[in-house]
Amino acid sequence: MQVGKPILYSYFRSSCSWRVRIALALKNIDYETVAINLTKDGGQQFSGEFQALNPMKQVPALKIDGITIGQSLAIIEYLEETRPTPRLLPWDPKKRAQVRMVSDLIASGIQPLQNLSVLKQVGQENQLTWAQQAITSGFNALEQILQSTAGRYCVGDEVSMADLCLAPQVANADRVKKSHEINSGPHTWGTERNQIVSSNQ
Amino acid sequence: SPQPILYSYFRSSCSWRVRIALALKNIDYETVAINLTKDGGQQFSGEFQALNPMKQVPALKIDGITIGQSLAIIEYLEETRPTPRLLPWDPKKRAQVRMVSDLIASGIQPLQNLSVLKQVGQENQLTWAQQAITSGFNALEQILQSTAGRYCVGDEVSPSELCFPPIYGNTNKFKVDLTPYPTISRINKSLLALEAFHVSHPCRQPDTPPELRA
Repeated sequence: MQVGKPILYSYFRSSCSWRVRIALALKNIDYETVAINLTKDGGQQFSGEFQALNPMKQVPALKIDGITIGQSLAIIEYLEETRPTPRLLPWDPKKRAQVRMVSDLIASGIQPLQNLSVLKQVGQENQLTWAQQAITSGFNALEQILQSTAGRYCVGDEVSMADLCLAPQVANADRVKKSHEINSGPHTWGTERNQIVSSNQ
Repeated sequence: SPQPILYSYFRSSCSWRVRIALALKNIDYETVAINLTKDGGQQFSGEFQALNPMKQVPALKIDGITIGQSLAIIEYLEETRPTPRLLPWDPKKRAQVRMVSDLIASGIQPLQNLSVLKQVGQENQLTWAQQAITSGFNALEQILQSTAGRYCVGDEVSPSELCFPPIYGNTNKFKVDLTPYPTISRINKSLLALEAFHVSHPCRQPDTPPELRA
């Protein structure tokens, strides 16, 4: 039995947090937000307090039903199993496999390769190319897969976990594109870097 | 229905996860080897790309469909061939299993796989891979303090265990110091003693080169 409202540890710009926010909204689940700013104070995800809650030092994390879950797709699958209405996964196991495949393509194959902490590692001058490569490589595959799975949405005509991953990733791609366009005139690498870093949290 | 076909590379950690699942569930299958380094990488062939646009292994052709992404494959096997169980009954334990699996499958493996290491450049590869693994293992070791029994989550083998030996196996290649990870090491050792992890090991695959064969 649930004790108190669920608490979502989230950053407004984090695409992984957004996935979970969509799921909570779709399932009409009221929750509290604790904001974890990934850039302030050296990154609030690195505080001792947050690390004790989520050793992965990442958002999102969801405190619900007496446990704390990290990893957005693990959270979404838990919500699906414990609050099954409305559905986020189809009934048919083959369609479920396609939903999970598309979700994982984004959540393992694209997002981790262009998130804040990776971009910090690749170095300022490489960030734009790196982010573009991660996204276009993944989107090339995704576009091809969707030719056989998509209806109105990623898999058929109902919103599923795959769509929860898609929208935030497309938003990320948009920000990467915009930051490149904004700086397509005379520019400093510093400005572009700040925009890429801030747009990929 | 015809035997499933697994597109696999002997050394691919993601392929190994699926091989373990197929072994645990006693599912007979055919292997089509996709060599990630020969011929510029056989995953880039037009033929394979048509089958799996992600140009990655593993892919499993089963029941008239082809599924990519190892965890999506494993969840499909669990839902259609539920015996023996890989996921616990309790939704909270299922969440923990998926959290650990995703920590490895999204948080560690993609950051140190072949195609990323090619991009970071030869001189940076070791440091990069070490960073990816130690960063993930630091978190994992801490999480296991509250979830682990004999294995990652309690005492039964689950998808999180399937992700384990494959990533652990890379620690040798990348010279990762394992001293800070006694729980991870203990669990890995227990798993490698199990038959399914043994038969699916990279050193015992149809495409394992003779010099690496057990």
